[in-house]
Amino acid sequence: MKELILDYIKREYLDADDAGDAPLTADTPLISSGIVDSFSMVSLKRFLEKQYAIRIPDEEATPQAFDTVTSIVGLVARHLPKTGA
Amino acid sequence: MAYPAAVRDAWRAELAGIREKGIFKDERFIHSPQAARITVEYPAGAPLKEVVNLCANNYLGLSSHPAVVAAAHRALDERGYGMSSVRFICGTQDVHRALEEKLTAFLGTEDTILFASCLDANAGVFEAILGPEDVMISDRLVHASIVDGIRLCKAMHDTYKHCDMAHLEEKLREHQDKRVRVVITDGVFSMDGDMAPLDEIVALAEQYRALVFLDDSHATGFIGRTGRGVHERFGVMGKIDILTTTLGKALGGASGGCVSGRKEIVDLCRQRARPYLFSNAVPPPIAASAIAVLDILSATTARRDALEANAAFWRAGLKDAGFVIKDGDSPIVPVMLFNAKLAQEVARDLYDEGVYVVGFFFPVVAAGQARIRTQLSADHDIPMLERALEAFKKVGAKHGILGLDKKGIIEKYGL
Repeated sequence: MKELILDYIKREYLDADDAGDAPLTADTPLISSGIVDSFSMVSLKRFLEKQYAIRIPDEEATPQAFDTVTSIVGLVARHLPKTGA
Repeated sequence: MAYPAAVRDAWRAELAGIREKGIFKDERFIHSPQAARITVEYPAGAPLKEVVNLCANNYLGLSSHPAVVAAAHRALDERGYGMSSVRFICGTQDVHRALEEKLTAFLGTEDTILFASCLDANAGVFEAILGPEDVMISDRLVHASIVDGIRLCKAMHDTYKHCDMAHLEEKLREHQDKRVRVVITDGVFSMDGDMAPLDEIVALAEQYRALVFLDDSHATGFIGRTGRGVHERFGVMGKIDILTTTLGKALGGASGGCVSGRKEIVDLCRQRARPYLFSNAVPPPIAASAIAVLDILSATTARRDALEANAAFWRAGLKDAGFVIKDGDSPIVPVMLFNAKLAQEVARDLYDEGVYVVGFFFPVVAAGQARIRTQLSADHDIPMLERALEAFKKVGAKHGILGLDKKGIIEKYGL
């Protein structure tokens, strides 16, 4: 899941001239560092909802919850249907 | 009266935090009319100082132009000071109608509606025409007032990378299921001074059946051969569905803005746009002066031509001196310093050398993109700009940044 989300963020938010900057990891701050502005966060939310067939309530789609890929993975996991016993 | 001490303390702590971060905005007192050369008291209580002003939006030098001031005086005598009313009750005078007609003709649109500011125009237009079945797709660097307008509207919103047409096309494809798609962009981007590729945007909008929204506040009056704006520059006049712009920059610089474009959109704004319905009519002297400005600009291109020449001289001068500047061909020329503290120090040193500029840094621009935004005016002259260039060179040398590229400046000062 991490790789998939990282790939989407790179494609959706990074520009070609960002290539020389420090590589993006699961713990890179996204919103607090300005890589993703909170206004543009909506497309990431829509991607996650479509990709994982979940619905993230607006009150949970906070800049804090979206600040790193690690925290995003946690958010998605909480909404995935429980499987198994 | 209930202003609890705890609340006061909390807000005081917030203000202290802003100061600690070094991003507290101090206002400087100007003791002269707005012009290329102004008299400034800074810091408060310091002796007055005459400086070259390189940070006003007074692109055409009309803010204190005698013909503009005279038109305001005349209207003050003949139509009074204020309307004490919104437009639809008893706030519409002949000057308002005349100005809206002049703007329509100047911008090459179908109709125009005035607002108290362009911020109000941007805040009101989306909500007036769009609903949940529509989508607004905006460039990621559009002005803050557009962001506010989008937030007030119930339509879905999405963004595309700055001026990235492939990304915009991807988004237009993604949203083909919506009733109305609106592509939203600034004409000239205020922090970078670059222009939206409006011909490509219009072509994509036609291909994917989308409307085009353009905020041309940093272009109306001087971009394009006859100064009509970025739509003239890219040969797409008549193809912009919603054009917002301001009277508060090149067009006299007082206040006021408008939505200009398709007739039905303008009519809906007159019926529904909340900032239009619930705030006063533009004062008569401002409306009359804006008419005088449009008459000047329709008669001659001398001012926009002078501005263009000044901007070209300034860009070349800064580049030759070894500064990193953002490329473009607008009169907004950002001098890139990347480090916020460096930007503030350079601005302060330039003031000591008689040049008034301001440092911009996060959150006004992206982190690590601190800069000094210089803005040219038709009222600057070459000797004035030559002296300002000498000041830039002196301060640049003091900080050891002349000839350094982005990497060099970051290595020296960090981000």
